[in-house]
Amino acid sequence: MSVAARATTLLVAVVAVVAVLLFITFHFLLAQPPTENFTPYASNGQVDVTLQTDPQNTVTNKPDWVSYFIQDPATKAWVHTTFFEVPASTRINVTIIGYDGCTLLRNPVWGQVTGTIGGVEYVNGKPVKQLNSWAGCNVQHTFTMPGLGINIPIASPTTLSENNNLCGTSPCTSGPHMTVQFSFMTPAHGGIFRWQCIIPCGGGYLDGNGGPMSTEGYMSGQMEVAAS
Amino acid sequence: MTAETAPDQEPNHGARLLSMWLLLSASCDPLFWFLAGPHIPPGRMSSSAATQQTDFNVLAMIAIPVVIGVLLYFGYALTYWRAKDGDDTDGPPIHGNAKIQVTWMAVTTALVLFLAAFGTVELWTQQGAGAGEGPSPIWKPDSSNILEVQVIGQQWAWTFRYPQFGGFETTALVLPEGQPIQFDVTSLDVIHSFWAYQLGVKADANPGVNNVAYTTAKQLGQVTVRCSELCGLWHGAMYDYGKVVTATAFQSWARQSEVQLASITRMLPPFALTYDPTNVPVLNEVLIKLGLTSAGGGYYNSNDLEQP
Amino acid sequence: MIEIEPGSVQQPGGGGDEPRQQPRQRSWWLRPAMHTALIGAVLGYVLGHWLGNYFASGYQQIASADSSDFPIVLGYGFAVIGWLAGLGVFNDLILQMLGKPVAANTNHLGGGLGKYFRYSLDHKVVGIQYLVAMVGYFLTGGLFAMLIRAELLSPSYHLLTASAYLEVVSEHGTMMMMMMTSVVMGPLGNYLVPLMIGSKRVAFPRVEALSFWLTPCSFIILLSSVLMGGFPTGWTGYAPLSIQAGAGMDGYAFAFGLMGISATLAAFNIVVTIICYRAPGMRWSRLPMFVWSMLTTGFLLILAAPVLIGGMYMILTDRTAQTGFFVNQVGGSSYLYEDLFWFFGHPEVYILALPGFGIVSEIIPVFCRKPLFGYKTAAAGMLGVAILSFFVWQHHLFDSGMDPDMRPLFMLTTELISIPTGFIYLVAMGTFWKAKIRLTVPMLFALGMYVNFLFGGVSGVFLSDVPVDTTSHGSFMVLAHFHYTIMGGLIFAFMAGIYYWLPKMMGIRLNEKLGKWHFWTMFIFFNSTFMPLFVLGELGMPRRVFEYARNLETLNDWVSISAFCLGASMLIFLFNFVMSTLFWRERETGNPWRARGLEWQVSSPPPPDNFAHIPVVLAGPYEYGDPNALPVADLNPPAGVISGALAGAGEA
Repeated sequence: MSVAARATTLLVAVVAVVAVLLFITFHFLLAQPPTENFTPYASNGQVDVTLQTDPQNTVTNKPDWVSYFIQDPATKAWVHTTFFEVPASTRINVTIIGYDGCTLLRNPVWGQVTGTIGGVEYVNGKPVKQLNSWAGCNVQHTFTMPGLGINIPIASPTTLSENNNLCGTSPCTSGPHMTVQFSFMTPAHGGIFRWQCIIPCGGGYLDGNGGPMSTEGYMSGQMEVAAS
Repeated sequence: MTAETAPDQEPNHGARLLSMWLLLSASCDPLFWFLAGPHIPPGRMSSSAATQQTDFNVLAMIAIPVVIGVLLYFGYALTYWRAKDGDDTDGPPIHGNAKIQVTWMAVTTALVLFLAAFGTVELWTQQGAGAGEGPSPIWKPDSSNILEVQVIGQQWAWTFRYPQFGGFETTALVLPEGQPIQFDVTSLDVIHSFWAYQLGVKADANPGVNNVAYTTAKQLGQVTVRCSELCGLWHGAMYDYGKVVTATAFQSWARQSEVQLASITRMLPPFALTYDPTNVPVLNEVLIKLGLTSAGGGYYNSNDLEQP
Repeated sequence: MIEIEPGSVQQPGGGGDEPRQQPRQRSWWLRPAMHTALIGAVLGYVLGHWLGNYFASGYQQIASADSSDFPIVLGYGFAVIGWLAGLGVFNDLILQMLGKPVAANTNHLGGGLGKYFRYSLDHKVVGIQYLVAMVGYFLTGGLFAMLIRAELLSPSYHLLTASAYLEVVSEHGTMMMMMMTSVVMGPLGNYLVPLMIGSKRVAFPRVEALSFWLTPCSFIILLSSVLMGGFPTGWTGYAPLSIQAGAGMDGYAFAFGLMGISATLAAFNIVVTIICYRAPGMRWSRLPMFVWSMLTTGFLLILAAPVLIGGMYMILTDRTAQTGFFVNQVGGSSYLYEDLFWFFGHPEVYILALPGFGIVSEIIPVFCRKPLFGYKTAAAGMLGVAILSFFVWQHHLFDSGMDPDMRPLFMLTTELISIPTGFIYLVAMGTFWKAKIRLTVPMLFALGMYVNFLFGGVSGVFLSDVPVDTTSHGSFMVLAHFHYTIMGGLIFAFMAGIYYWLPKMMGIRLNEKLGKWHFWTMFIFFNSTFMPLFVLGELGMPRRVFEYARNLETLNDWVSISAFCLGASMLIFLFNFVMSTLFWRERETGNPWRARGLEWQVSSPPPPDNFAHIPVVLAGPYEYGDPNALPVADLNPPAGVISGALAGAGEA
């Protein structure tokens, strides 16, 4: 091949390889769920954050994966993500609407509420300090943030008929559910705090911790605290 | 330099190298032992950490002369035995030197056997030096007052149970100073590894297996606990902080926690050295009564470990 | 009896035809080559995937598993078969089964680049295919490393999500460990061993070519797991996490098992070639060190790689057919996987180290112009390392809860293995004694290898002591140790080998100035990247984590910047390689290093059948400095010498 032909082939090959690499890097490796930013909506040192848990989801290519959704503070639409941002030194009032049925905790110690203001969570308005997931059908997921010592077992519908008639679309707007509310203070220094559900609800995976449990955007996420 | 000198004018390379090496080693070894030695990680906060630091220093005493020797020789060779520009001739046809080769083999063998024996003695006399010994440990502390702490690893957080105080479970690791501690490390799902850095303890947490490690804390302070076996998504975030307090402070903390956490402890399975999460007898009755068998109420049974 | 046309390269002593005497061939796109292989692979994947879904649909337990592993695994399997079919690997077999004559394989002939994209039975073509492929795999693995270091610039701000970071870590580790198993045996072993022992061919050309063509399959299958969310276990694939993981895990198990098959085949071929195809006069005491290293590496691969293939297979059955090998709750054991993996894994690291020893031992006599000091010691060292490497694997499991009685034993064997490893230094130092050292680029890389491996090896002695290992296991100290031995050792030796042997393989010399730039930047930035990692590990930073103590941030930043510079030094190499081979093409057709090796006594590049006549070897390759030494071989032996030699006992 002549020098010109070799040079052109080489150039084309290099451009093609670089394009593939950039595509794989940005589309697969650097992709992140969207972050819901609650910082502009804080007032009087407080901000409200609302999430829901769904037994299935109809918005991704994994329809049988349970998932959290976060309500966008501006549009009030439910966004499929678990990443959110809040300001520092602020009281975060969290409401979680749990539409899923019960699954037991692998380790019942996580049925204890910790890290909240008052040391309790409010299940449908009533204060609760712990839930025993082995004594009955009463816990569906948890909201556990080890970096701040927060653990919230999310109560579930308790009867057979409710558990057999769970919400089938997502984001859920109706169906059997329990509402859990709690509050905590974010620290003064910024940082990224990861959170997870600690109930192994990844059906179809050994030990139940695969699938949605091991994928951010479903049952695991991060809370970014913007330093003031 | 050397290429044109006659054999009897050639400097005694062997003597030069040997003396330079002895000089450097004799100065670097004590420098390391006294200046760096006491600061070598993981420090001296516990008996096992101290053992590890001592072993590291002894190994360094041997490693430093070895490294100096080889690098010195290379530097010397590149200085004195470089071919000059335009010199295309060959070097002397030396195929080997039986004395040098045998000496080298004998010295390296002796050093290595010493190190192996030394390591074994350290394991023997220091209760396993903080390494996990499995369910049947052979190097145990010679004491009747051992504090037993169970370390439970699960995806992705550590919890600790104190069987001698009613079996309460907590995410806070508080340990007494001066008392031998027995860590019973196990896992509820995949393989984790309990690494208490300042205590010099590392024991893998395997599901269904009890891995025992011993240490005795000798100083007060904070302990960093990290998972050191890749266990999934949040392996990098699976860390915790514990602390070593005085024996009396520990006793009061433990008794207090036993009382405060009593309602939680009632929820937990009885203390055991391993836990099989697929075997929950108390749940069985509830589920059968309710008629629930799959996600939306269920447990993992041994017929199908992938479907709750 | 297989009918092969006379004059084909498959016949011993047969030569290839001159290009202008070839019969007219069909157009290039109609003959089997990489493009038909790709088509075969795609069709195979589709067929396998469909078959997998069809078979699995009847079984409730398989259907209840969330990720569809069975169709994916079968898809991969049929894709590999389709790829090979598209290359024409099965053509001759099918023809033989049907009793038809088999045409000579002329894929290696012709002057263009086309021959490198075909299934070729000439070991020299396979060597160059391997060379380009291995450089590509190495650079791909290195790109993942750049992402890792970018993430580790900050302990708290995360560039990648946790799952993406784990994916990248796992891909980097697996790509490197998988591919570097054959990084020397593939290109340099396959190319040079017949030339070094005086043979016109390898023992099993088809097996050799097959071993090469399986490597792109492994590469693509491993990368395809990124499309499925990656795998979270790192290159070690510990169960039960690997059983729990999503669909990307199948790519890991299949690719690694496939690479194990490829390496076993390559090793088998090389070992038989070395034992059976040596020219008359090529006694064991005259065998070049590089060939000794290929022999010992080959034996290690043959004995250890099948255990890996078995372990990967068991992961796949646990994931697809719900067997319980590694699942504790049904009577399996997580320890079983650890033991199977490390029984392979430890010989694997010696499979990586020994070829490096072979290359540098081959190079230093040439640039010291002295015989290799202690030839028998060097060979004994390699044999000792190979044998002992099967008795040390539990040192990866000191903290795992294994039987504590075993610990002093494995501590002893691990310490003992440092004795034969040390022989390499004895031999090198003896060779440098009163030598005439010429600092060419290959010599620089060889020296760099020795310096780096010194740090790697000595840190290994630290790790063999159980108490010290209790702090260091699973930390960046271990990571620094193996990067020093594998990258500092093997890869530096590989670079030395490329700069040394590329004139032989392609008749082209690599630009010397760029080569020196490459060496110095690579050496300086390599040490600057990995030396602080010893400290980081001892200060408590575990492996594979993306959050670390705040006070370690400065050191991590230093390491990351150095790593980016190290990556840039690879670009210098890539630039040199591409420009020298494609554009500058400074011809180098003879023996530019004035080496005595048998491979240097033929033209560069060698003729298609290596030697016009099988040579008779007269002396060893390291007889420098001795004016009475015989030339290394007689390339034109008188008639009757060969048959006489073959008829004699004990000389074959």
